Amino acid sequence: MAPGSDMEAVKRAKVLMVGAGGIGCELLKTLALSGFEDIHIIDMDTIEVSNLNRQFLFRQCHVGQSKAKVARDAVLKFRPHINIKPYHANVKNPEFNIEFFKQFSVVVNGLDNLDARRHVNRLCLAAEVPLIESGTTGFLGQVTVHVKGKTECYECQGKPTPKTYPVCTITNTPSKFVHCVVWAKDLLFAKLFGDRSQENDLNVQSSDSVDASKNTEDVFERNPDEDLENYGQRIYDHVFGYNIELALSNEETWRQREKPRPIYINDVLPEKSFQKNGYLENSIDVNMAISAMPALGLKSPQDIWSLAENTKVFLEALSLFIKKRVKDIGNLMFDKDDQLAVEFVTAAANIRASSFGIPMHSLFETKGIAGNIVHAVATTNAIIAGLIVIEAIKVLQGDFNNYRMTYCLEFPKRKMLLMPIEPFEANKSCYVCSETPLILEINTRTSKLRDFVEKIVRNKLGMNLPLIMHGANLIFEDGDDIEEDVASNYARNLDKVLAELPSPVTSGTVLTVEDLQQELTCNIIIKHREEFNEEKEPDGMVLSGWTERANDKQSSNGESTSSVLTNGPYVASGKPLVSGTKRKLSEMEEASDNSCNPSSKSNSADRENPQQVDDNDVLDDLVILEVPPEVPKKKKVQLSV
Amino acid sequence: MTMRLRIAMDGEELTAQQTALYDRQIRVWGVDAQKRLSKANVLVSGLNGTLAEFCKNIVLAGVGSLTLMDDRLVNEDAIHANFLITPEEAKHSGSSLAEVYCNALKEFNPMVHVSVEKGDLHQFAGVFLDKFDVVVISCCSLKDKIAINNKCRERQKRISFYTVECRDSCGEIFVDLQSYASAKKKSDGTEECQLEYSSLEEAISSSWRHLPSKTTKTYFAMRVLEHFESLQNRKPCQFSVSDLPHVLEIRKNLCEAQGLNEFHIPDILLNRLVAAGAREHPPVCAILGGILGQEVIKAISGKGEPIKNFFYFNAADGKGIIEDIPPASVY
Repeated sequence: MAPGSDMEAVKRAKVLMVGAGGIGCELLKTLALSGFEDIHIIDMDTIEVSNLNRQFLFRQCHVGQSKAKVARDAVLKFRPHINIKPYHANVKNPEFNIEFFKQFSVVVNGLDNLDARRHVNRLCLAAEVPLIESGTTGFLGQVTVHVKGKTECYECQGKPTPKTYPVCTITNTPSKFVHCVVWAKDLLFAKLFGDRSQENDLNVQSSDSVDASKNTEDVFERNPDEDLENYGQRIYDHVFGYNIELALSNEETWRQREKPRPIYINDVLPEKSFQKNGYLENSIDVNMAISAMPALGLKSPQDIWSLAENTKVFLEALSLFIKKRVKDIGNLMFDKDDQLAVEFVTAAANIRASSFGIPMHSLFETKGIAGNIVHAVATTNAIIAGLIVIEAIKVLQGDFNNYRMTYCLEFPKRKMLLMPIEPFEANKSCYVCSETPLILEINTRTSKLRDFVEKIVRNKLGMNLPLIMHGANLIFEDGDDIEEDVASNYARNLDKVLAELPSPVTSGTVLTVEDLQQELTCNIIIKHREEFNEEKEPDGMVLSGWTERANDKQSSNGESTSSVLTNGPYVASGKPLVSGTKRKLSEMEEASDNSCNPSSKSNSADRENPQQVDDNDVLDDLVILEVPPEVPKKKKVQLSV
Repeated sequence: MTMRLRIAMDGEELTAQQTALYDRQIRVWGVDAQKRLSKANVLVSGLNGTLAEFCKNIVLAGVGSLTLMDDRLVNEDAIHANFLITPEEAKHSGSSLAEVYCNALKEFNPMVHVSVEKGDLHQFAGVFLDKFDVVVISCCSLKDKIAINNKCRERQKRISFYTVECRDSCGEIFVDLQSYASAKKKSDGTEECQLEYSSLEEAISSSWRHLPSKTTKTYFAMRVLEHFESLQNRKPCQFSVSDLPHVLEIRKNLCEAQGLNEFHIPDILLNRLVAAGAREHPPVCAILGGILGQEVIKAISGKGEPIKNFFYFNAADGKGIIEDIPPASVY
């Protein structure tokens, strides 16, 4: 690695960096110090206080400003003469098309969600630009290199898509704290403070129950002259008392399960009106975030509140929303940085958990779960950034034989904390980089085109602006420039079941799905199937056809989530360490140890005992969870955390 | 909202500011560890690119204080692998490295007390070290490193001691935690164990022929260079390509004396290290600074398995390896 040849290739290179957050800040700094002189950055986010523990290019005074722009300004301070171009935009915008990508010698990713990663992967393949991917969570991290025609693409090995839970688990039979959080956030919070026109499963019971929907609609509405306290207690008793009694009335559900207990206000707080500090009445500090905790004397977010305390928080938070934030009610979306919302969800989740015999959690922990917070430190990001730049330099020098995928481990394996392995060859049946037909099992008589578009085309296949063709017939298209009559035709199609489309889709039909921006085409062979297992196949459809591995299956209710992590460290991108499906033997030293797989058998023994405390399961969930892609909230089954 | 300096004492909760700022990392190591960090005092002597990275990491992590020692004046060479120094400062400031680092680092986290101490660390009496929980050294002769390490070991309280060197795209970290109770991760839970660390002097005097044959080559290469520096009375990292023949001769002599075959210290490796002199490869600074940062955080917080006792990174093979080099006295 002679320094001279380094410099030339690096100096001339034009680099695209996607993401200016945790990895991005470290990466931009290291790229600049390593002699790169032409760097473009795309990031749509603005700076938040919680970023400042690691995104060191940002200061308190920058909160609210564009990450891409502030990062650029900060780096120019110590390297004033290089060119850095920031784009405060979403990388999925049409302006970042194949032509745009083609101008770069290499693309380096510092992203935090699967959706964007897949999108960038496809554009890099189409533009034939090498891509260096990365991810970190806590002390774990990895860097991978993807060069079309030489290595696998980012999607050659399946990635778990964001976790979803079966509806019945959330509404009826929660067994983990995370189920209670989802209930509190996506059902109760949404019902009380969110868009009223949205479908909401809050009162859904098992299919046998009496249809009470007509009357319960009114339960959550507050009568104009109803006392606040009374309203709060009424809601409480309804969701934690009455609804539970209703659930209990269906004996079948509880035959093999521990029964929940209904909780009523009078049981928890016998004295009807409880003491408040009078805090809020007297000292309204406009700058202070509205919060229930101070008024109740609750100081630390790390404490686990008692059932009585949770109840008080529930009532106080509800009351505060109505008193102080009435404008928000009816269009509020849960935001992890909304203190009052987090308090409410914590309290509600805990009370429900208590009802079902599930251990309660602190506000701090609940916020992490509800907000999909990824735990993060500066050191791991710095290490990963260093590794990315090392790979980028190899790519620019065409040092193909030395490309490595490197894993940053928390505990050493065979004395290594940083473990390099050779990249894999492309997966010949990868539907992204080698065109393979996929197979979709679906009930063509009950599933609508809309379900297919949302669950398969957008969610599973990660397409952004899809086109769906049946032979020569265009049955659906997404985009800005569609004529009105054509668009309404598509809208009608969406509501039809597949078998009743103008060109009917039945068993044996091949649908062609395309995204022109991503230059990705997939052929999907439809196979009709009548029944699906609600718990194991909550989507009601199953897509297959590329190399499946056990890790890809979504965790179902009751199954230990650690089963998803059987192959060692997992990082935010969801990409596991190599599993047994390695397709190319490495010639490196490691090959002599049974398998080139760094996560060999001994490592599964190292892993935490999956039967441990609920908390560990939750932590595992956190590790694989991603910020879910922006999917319209109307979907009933989309109860993802 | 102004950030005021707060040093959390025993039993005192983290402030609301600290909780908000440190939220993401508290989710990694917990509140207790964060409290301990905020009480810890770190001393860093011998500032270069790698230590710029390290300092950034521990300041962001929220240590109680960071004391910087390096009287060398800033010059244009200093900015090569360094994001804490602007070109303006490099040309005009007339300040010492410590002063420039101090001004830059303060801004990363106003809750950390960053300051400068003038003078040469190896000339200070042992009692000076009592102020610190952690001492980190670079750009220093072996003789001085050993002296400082020995002083640390003589103190009553346990002072964690580290050295780090980055030459070109290769680096070495040494760790001395003296006697350290660690929870080692096992398949069926964790096991308490007592780790006994060697002093630097002991660790570098280890008998080569008794070390496992797969021991990282960089260990030996660094020892050869140390010998060269002492024999020639050179300042740390003061080599050039013209020194290579002499270095190779030292290798030959050492290997003979130690009963080690010379191929354990390849020409190509020595060539790289000698040609680089003090020049650091920025990505490797980031990696070493990151690993070292994690180690110091582990030692302060008492959480996690610390490295025992050397860590090596070499971009040529991309591996980050831990070597447990026993003291000479073992044989």
